[in-house]
Amino acid sequence: MSSLFPIKSIAGVLLASAILAISPPPAGATPQDYATTKGEPGRPGGQLVVALRSEPKTLNPILSVDATSREVIGVMNADLIHISRETQQTEPALAKSWSVTPDGRKYTVSLRRGVKFSDGIPFTADDVVFSFQLYLDEKLHSPQRDLLVLDDKSIEVHKVDTYTVEFVLPKPYGPGERIFDGLAMLPRHLLEKPYREGKLSQIWGANAQPQEMAGLGAFRLKESVPGQHIVLERNPYYWKTDSQGGRLPYLAGLMFVFVPNEDAQVIKFQSAETQVLERVNADNFSLLQKDARTKGLCMSDLGPGLEFLFVFFNMNHLDSTKSPDIAAKQEWFRDLRFRQAVSMAMDRPGMVRLVYGGRATPIWGNVTPGNKLWLDHSLPRTERSLEQAKALLQSAGFSWNADGTLLDSHGHPVAFTILVSSSNAQRSKLAAIAQDDLKQLGMDVQIVPMEFRALVDRVLNTKQYEMVLMNLVNGDADPTPEMNLWLSSGETHLWDLGESKPATPWEAELDRLMTTQAETTDYTSRKKLYDRVQEIVAQNLPLIFLVSPNILVGAQQNVGNFHPAVLEPYVLWNVDQIFIKPTGSPSCQ
Amino acid sequence: MRTRSQRVALVVALVGLHVFFVFPAFFAPYDYATQNRDLPFAPPTRLHFVDRAAHFHAVPFVYAWKEKTGSDAAYEEDQERAYRVRFFTKGAAYHVLGLWTSRLHLFGVDSGGHIFPFGTDDFGRDEFSRMLYGGQISLFAGMLGAIIALSVGGILGLLSGYYGKWLDALIMRLVEIFFALPWLYLLFAVRAVLPLGIKTTDAFLLLVGVVGLVGWARPARLVRGIVLSAKERNFILAARAMGASDVHILRRHVLPRTYGTLLTMAALLVPQFILAEVTLSFLGLGVGEPIPSWGSLLGELQKYSVLTSYWWMYLPAVALVLLFLTYHWAATALQEKFAAVGA
Repeated sequence: MSSLFPIKSIAGVLLASAILAISPPPAGATPQDYATTKGEPGRPGGQLVVALRSEPKTLNPILSVDATSREVIGVMNADLIHISRETQQTEPALAKSWSVTPDGRKYTVSLRRGVKFSDGIPFTADDVVFSFQLYLDEKLHSPQRDLLVLDDKSIEVHKVDTYTVEFVLPKPYGPGERIFDGLAMLPRHLLEKPYREGKLSQIWGANAQPQEMAGLGAFRLKESVPGQHIVLERNPYYWKTDSQGGRLPYLAGLMFVFVPNEDAQVIKFQSAETQVLERVNADNFSLLQKDARTKGLCMSDLGPGLEFLFVFFNMNHLDSTKSPDIAAKQEWFRDLRFRQAVSMAMDRPGMVRLVYGGRATPIWGNVTPGNKLWLDHSLPRTERSLEQAKALLQSAGFSWNADGTLLDSHGHPVAFTILVSSSNAQRSKLAAIAQDDLKQLGMDVQIVPMEFRALVDRVLNTKQYEMVLMNLVNGDADPTPEMNLWLSSGETHLWDLGESKPATPWEAELDRLMTTQAETTDYTSRKKLYDRVQEIVAQNLPLIFLVSPNILVGAQQNVGNFHPAVLEPYVLWNVDQIFIKPTGSPSCQ
Repeated sequence: MRTRSQRVALVVALVGLHVFFVFPAFFAPYDYATQNRDLPFAPPTRLHFVDRAAHFHAVPFVYAWKEKTGSDAAYEEDQERAYRVRFFTKGAAYHVLGLWTSRLHLFGVDSGGHIFPFGTDDFGRDEFSRMLYGGQISLFAGMLGAIIALSVGGILGLLSGYYGKWLDALIMRLVEIFFALPWLYLLFAVRAVLPLGIKTTDAFLLLVGVVGLVGWARPARLVRGIVLSAKERNFILAARAMGASDVHILRRHVLPRTYGTLLTMAALLVPQFILAEVTLSFLGLGVGEPIPSWGSLLGELQKYSVLTSYWWMYLPAVALVLLFLTYHWAATALQEKFAAVGA
C-alpha cells in the first residue's frame, strides 16, 4: 500500500507549495499581539514529509481519541495556554496572559488581538466560549469533557469582552492552567450551524474538504486522500513570528503519509522519502546510527520518556464459580510477598540490555526519570535477588518439590500465563525474559501473545487473565492524568476494576492522596503527596514496574530547528519553527 | 531414470536428516531455552586449529566472545583462554522419547566457554540448538498437516470428480466456502474460546488440526480436475464396460494418476504450513516462547534490523532451504517412478 505511493503527486505538491511560498503575505494582517519564538531563524519554503503509523480517524478535535488523529489535529489547531514540550511548563499560546484568584478557582484570560483563523476570520472570545460549549456538551461525548468536569460540576466559561474570557472552576484544580493544554479553539463561524443541526459529529472526518475547515494552528488542510496521505499547507494567518519578526511557520507544506509498519518507516526515512522519524525502536535506532554520518541523518536519543512498562496480576473480585482457575490463583496474586518475590526476580538491567540495547532505564516506580518535576528520587531500588525472592516465597508458605517446581501451601504447582500484545516485538521479548526469570523461582509461566484489542478487552471487560505485560504513556508530566489509574473507582484501575470502595487500606490512602493533590495548587505540597503515592505503589506493587524506554527519534540533517522533546508529539511539537536548510549547510548539532 | 546410487543417496539423506530432528537434544549442544544474557546476537563461534603460539591441534578449540569496547553490538574473540571442543560430552539433561533422561551431547566445549555453530539470537540462545529443536515441532506439524490436508482433499476430490452430480456440487460448494472464509477472524474466534494457557502437546495438535483443516480445499479441487479428465479416457470406459467395480477403477486406474499432483502439492504444502505457524503463533495458536519452531526462527528475519545486521540469523533459513530441496528431490524422484508405473 504505502510502497505504491504515487511519486507524481509529491511533485505536484512541491510545485504548489513553491508557488505559495513566493506569494506575498495576506494584506490587512496587522500583527498586534503575535507570539515571538526563540528558535533559530529559519528559511521559508519547503515541505516536510512525516510517516504516521496509522491513518487519522478524524480531523475533528471534539471527537479525536487516537494518537495519530491528535497528532494531525495538533498542527492544525491551537490552545489558549500550552505546555511547552521543552520546559514541561505552561506558556501563553492564544492567551496573551492570564490571572488566577488566590483560591485557584477563577481564571481571567486575555486573548491575543489580531489573531485570525486559517480562513481569515478573526478569533474572539465568542469562539472560546463556543469551543468550551462543545467540549462540555454531554451529547457530543468529547473525551476532553472528563478533564473539564470536577466533582460532577463542569467548568463555567463567561465572555467578559471581545478579548477577555473568565473561567470558574467548581473547586481548586491542582494542575492549574495545564487544563487548557490541547483544547483546540474552534471557529464558531463554521461550526455553529452544524452544531445546532446536530451534525457536528459528521463533519471534519478523515475525508474533510479544505473549504469546510479552519483552525488556529500553523498549518491548514490542503488535501486529504483516505488511505494515502494528508497534505497540509502553511496557514498564512498564523499568530507566531520568529525572533527577527518573520512570520511562522517556515514550511510551505506538511505531508503525512501512512506507513503502518515501523521497519517500512525506517526504510523510507533511510531513503530520504520522509524527513523525520518520530519514534523508533532501539534495534532500528542503532541500525540507523551506524550509517548516520554517511547518509546525513541526525539520530537523537532523548533519554527516558514518560512511557513505562509493567506487569500486573489479576486482583479483580471474580466470581469463583465462573472462573474457578483464575480465582484459585488469586490467592497467590493477592499475597504481597508473592508480588515482591516476582518483582525481585525480574532482571531489569538484562531487559534494558537485551530488549533496548541499553537505551532504556530500569524502574521501580510509576514515575519515569523522564519526568523530572515529579520523580521521587528517594524511592528504593530493589536489586535483583533470587535468594531473597525464594525466602519471601517460603515465608508465604510456598515450597519446592524435587524438580524445583514451586508449590503453594495446598501443594498445587505455581503456573500462570502472561498476556502480551503480539504486535509489539519489544513487549514480547520482555515477557520472554520475565518468563525465564520466574522459571528460576520454579514458576511455570506461559506467554500468551494476543492481538492488542483482544488483550485490552480481557483486561478491562471480561477480566479473564492472570498476569499481563503492558505499557502506559503519560501525556503530561503532571500526576493528575493518572487519577484514573490510582483511584479505586478509576476507569483504568487495572488490577482491580470497579471497586465500590477501596479493597485495601493502602488503596484507600491512594484515593485520599490523589484526590487531595488534585485539589491542591501549591507544587511543593502536591509533590509531597505524590511522593507518598509513589512510595505506596512501590511498597504494595499493584503494578510491577520494569523499564522505561528512551525516546529515540531522527531527522534528515537538512531539517532545521529539530529539537525533539520527551513529551508527545516528540518531534512535531515545534513544527511551526522547523525549516528545511539549504543544501551544504552544517549537519546535526 | 535415476541410478541406483542416486536413490540410495536420497534415502540416506532423508533418513539422516530426520534422525537430527527426532533426537535434537543429542545433536544440540545446549537446551533451546538457555539464555546467555550477556551474549545477544553473538556471531557463530569460530573453530581454531592453530593457537597463538602457532601450534597445530588436531582437536579444534574455540575462544569466547567478549563485547568490543566502545561498541554495544559487536563482539571480538577473547584470546586469553582457549576452550577445547569435546565430543560425546556431558551437558544439560534431557528426556529421550519421554522414556529416560540423558546428559550426553554429541559435542560441546570445556566449561566456561560456549560453542554456537549458528551464533545466538536476541536472548543469547544457541541458534543451532533452537533450529534442531524447532524441527521436531515444525517438520512433523508440517508433514502431519500436509498428510491430513492431502488425504481429506484427495478423497473428497476423488469422490467429487468420479461420482459428479449432487455430490460434486456439494463438495465443490464446501470447497468454495473454505476458500471464502475469513480465516484470520475465525482463528481469532477460536483463540477466544480456548483457555488462556495451552499445553505444548495440545498446541501441537491444534496446529496440525488448523493447518490440515485450512489446507484441504485446494488439493480437493486439483484432484477433482484430474479425475474428471481421467474418467472419460477410453481405458476407463473399457474397464467399466468389462464390469469393473467403482472401487477397482478408482484404486487401479484413477488414483495413480493423481499421485504426481499430490506429491507436488506435498512438496509445496510442507514449507507453506511451516510458515503458517508464524501467523498462528502471532494469533496465540502456535507453540509459544521459549519453545522454538522454524516459523518463529524465520519470523525473526522479518525484522529489518535483524535482516540487515546479523547475517548468521539466515543460517537456519539456509538449512531449511537445503532440507526442502531434499524433499523436492524426493518428490521428483517419486513422481518419476509413478509416471513410469502409469505408463
